[in-house]
Amino acid sequence: MGPSMHCRLGELLTQRIGNTPLFCLRRLPGIYGIAEGVQLLVKAEWYNPGGSVKDRAAFRIVQEAFRAGLLGNGKRLLDATSGNTGIAYAMLGAAWGFGVTLVVPASIGEERRAILQAYGAELIFSDPYEGTDGAIRLARQLAADYPERYFYADQYSNPANWLAHYDGTGVEILEQTRGQVTHFVAGLGTTGTMMGTGRRLKEANPSVVLVGVQPDDPFHGLEGLKHLPTALVPAIYDPSLIDRMELVDTEEAYQLARELAWTEGLLVGPSAAAALVAALRVARDLEYGVIVAILPDSGLKYLSTPLWHPDRS
Amino acid sequence: MAVTILIPAPLRRFTGERASVEVEASTVAEALAKLDQLYPGIRERICEPDGRIRRFVSVFVNGKDVRSLQGVETPLQDGDEVGIIPAMAGGQWS
Repeated sequence: MGPSMHCRLGELLTQRIGNTPLFCLRRLPGIYGIAEGVQLLVKAEWYNPGGSVKDRAAFRIVQEAFRAGLLGNGKRLLDATSGNTGIAYAMLGAAWGFGVTLVVPASIGEERRAILQAYGAELIFSDPYEGTDGAIRLARQLAADYPERYFYADQYSNPANWLAHYDGTGVEILEQTRGQVTHFVAGLGTTGTMMGTGRRLKEANPSVVLVGVQPDDPFHGLEGLKHLPTALVPAIYDPSLIDRMELVDTEEAYQLARELAWTEGLLVGPSAAAALVAALRVARDLEYGVIVAILPDSGLKYLSTPLWHPDRS
Repeated sequence: MAVTILIPAPLRRFTGERASVEVEASTVAEALAKLDQLYPGIRERICEPDGRIRRFVSVFVNGKDVRSLQGVETPLQDGDEVGIIPAMAGGQWS
């Protein structure tokens, strides 16, 4: 988008995407018996204006689409999303003045639905029993049936997704750790965060260990993550990049999310907690190391869900 | 009571890829027990060992979360639909 005469001062919303804080965990490592030579650092992605790491990929996808003339021509952006990417698209669509149509499982949480509708996105609900893959299949069908109506952003196949992390997240981590990062831990959903950040970190230092995080079962409550052996595999995913895979149980992640809130003052979502479960496993095996884990979003959007209601049966 | 249980995609490895299963049951607990008789192992994906529904799972009767009804003791009528949804599904739909 071009400059606006109304904006001679101040900054643009999109200028706040990326450059998120890297927090050092102070109390949790001691509780878990982590060696003093190990630093556990977390990238607080909820500091993005849309509230999640997905702002990065969505912004790059939208920028590339405008550059290529695929958006800004009256077409609506279409994609399948379980939530955070949709929120990012919807925010950008409102700010830049393009229509956004999202295919989401009918079972998405109330907070997400309310946020998406507040930004003015059009929601198309897919069969909740088919999950995220059902939403992807419906989005593909809509894109094929109405090519004149939609630009199909396809976050699972669009290289702009991982490039956002190659040029953003990866560079930031190198700068914020002064190149000392030894392990990088990220959950796998679209896999864009790991593919982009991982490639950048490996280029800077081939001995950096990349740790991917997946749910331990196809039937799980780790919103945003995929059980890749049984899911539609994203086209951008290259498993050979990943050095170590950690499988995380939903309950274990929920428990750690609650513990992180009361020991570190960090309120995070389930995929962030899963990444931290994996990071703690990595940390326990080390004497020295600088571990960076991506925490994709905060816990606020999950307040109505069982994540924060451990005693509700 | 003949009721239909709607199986989410990640659990269909238990049901031979069936998306819905009919059982005779008068409560949700009974429906899940019958489902487990047909497809052993599926109930422990949905329930804790003590029978409560696992925290990250929602069970719906005709689109309404049983947590807002009588939990696994929610009675069933002939023709009811019992839905099982993983993850962060909140609220209800119809």
